[in-house]
Amino acid sequence: MLSEYAPIAALLVISVGMGILILFISRIFGPFRPTARKLAPYESGMEPFGPAIRRIPVKFYRVAVLFILFDIEVIFFLPWAVVFRDLGSYGLVTMGVFFFVLTVGFIYEWKVGGLEWE
Amino acid sequence: MFGPGESSTIIECTANTTCTTLHAIGTSLLLFIVLLTGFAYMTLWERRLIAWFQARIGPNRAGPAGLLQPVADGIKLIFKEDVTPRNAERVIFWLAPLIKMVPTILVVAVIPFGPPITVPWFDGKWYRMTQGLTDPNIGVLWILGITSIGIYGIVLAGWASNNKYAVLGGLRSSAQMISYELSMGLAVVVPVLLAGSMRVGDIINAQNNPPILGWYVFQNPLAAAILFIALLAEVNRAPFDMPEAEQELTAGYHTEYSGMKFALFYLAEYIGMITVSLIGAAFYLGGYHFIWVDRFPLLGPLVFAVKVFLLLSGMVWIRATLPRIRYDRLMMLGWKVMLPLAMAAVAWTAVAVFLAEQVGKELTAVFAIIALVIFFAGAQWWLSRAGRKTPLEPGAGRIETVSLSEQARGR
Repeated sequence: MLSEYAPIAALLVISVGMGILILFISRIFGPFRPTARKLAPYESGMEPFGPAIRRIPVKFYRVAVLFILFDIEVIFFLPWAVVFRDLGSYGLVTMGVFFFVLTVGFIYEWKVGGLEWE
Repeated sequence: MFGPGESSTIIECTANTTCTTLHAIGTSLLLFIVLLTGFAYMTLWERRLIAWFQARIGPNRAGPAGLLQPVADGIKLIFKEDVTPRNAERVIFWLAPLIKMVPTILVVAVIPFGPPITVPWFDGKWYRMTQGLTDPNIGVLWILGITSIGIYGIVLAGWASNNKYAVLGGLRSSAQMISYELSMGLAVVVPVLLAGSMRVGDIINAQNNPPILGWYVFQNPLAAAILFIALLAEVNRAPFDMPEAEQELTAGYHTEYSGMKFALFYLAEYIGMITVSLIGAAFYLGGYHFIWVDRFPLLGPLVFAVKVFLLLSGMVWIRATLPRIRYDRLMMLGWKVMLPLAMAAVAWTAVAVFLAEQVGKELTAVFAIIALVIFFAGAQWWLSRAGRKTPLEPGAGRIETVSLSEQARGR
């Protein structure tokens, strides 16, 4: 069972190895002359001011929460889809109920403005 | 076509440890080299194609027809100074390009590139092996899971750079990618439903019956369109290239990256385009199936490559045609249009498969035709609805032309 995944290890080793090589190659061949100006954060030529990481708008957080809710529900579809033909009408009806609940939740979210990006 | 004779022994490669190891290492190396070459020439092809769309010539100086341009670009990047900003989180700043690049390559591992082939070896036996690294029974889950890891690369790159543009770019990119991942996940359920398996090889083979009309894009064009749009958003390509919107965010999450670290992000983006086209072609365009592939298995990778090439050129075409969309509209499209449509597509396919099982296989064709008609009617309505809300005043939109010399004479 696990042997199906063993070949992926070869690709993983090759891609990580090459990635590390590429990562350090311009440290080896490129020049290295740091100055204070060069190491300052890039702000289109202005003097950098203030911290870069500030308070983050809460809408990003909201999107993340909604994503987790829906992603778990999407994952439920996959095993159902695999055995759908064997389940017959039982599978269609049960998933219909699940789908209905999902849709009601989605419509509620839409109506309370959870999907607005203001 | 040469092949094993009547007397020769055929051994399954998976039953032989040496063969499995050699196959894994050989295929991995081949895949990696092909992807790197594909990346290099995709950058060149994109620049040439965009140039032709804009009535320019594009890079054609380095080598014949500019074919050595990627080499020149690579050499230039190797000899660039690699700056790590003072404020950056050093470890994460160095790790982020790797976290972005490795998953985009690993996705390819579960996609078979052709029917199994038999290969002669020096011991006089023939070995049957798959074309492709492996084909586990949860290939679809692997694809969904591994593509999501790439988001970490972007978020961590933005956060570790400690730069305002980079932080904003990383945040925007992650919000966009997770929003479109939902539609992508739902659009991927449709092929799984139709094929009844999460093995990518099974999904591809199920589309060969009948050969070209059996492709799932004809069964459910809506889900195919949603998958292609979501995949486009997933790799942050135009018109969804918000994280790299130059006018607003300089270069987004890779503002502070230079030298080969930048090249890794660039590489990840283009290999991401290739893998995404592979996924789209495998799920909806019949994968390696066309005509004659069953008789000549080595034709499989070639057919696959042609399909991927056409999809990639389509991506460049879209970039040349469509302007970037505004960020709030991007989120609105993802949540309010693509997600409900994807849910409808899954429900449609479930009902179609169920009725075809209960009543008869002929219904599949009927459902496919109805789906195609609805899809094209809906697309026509959706695309022609621009400007319908506000009827134009007579004469509005016409540009008044005033000759400068006449104006001067009048005064």
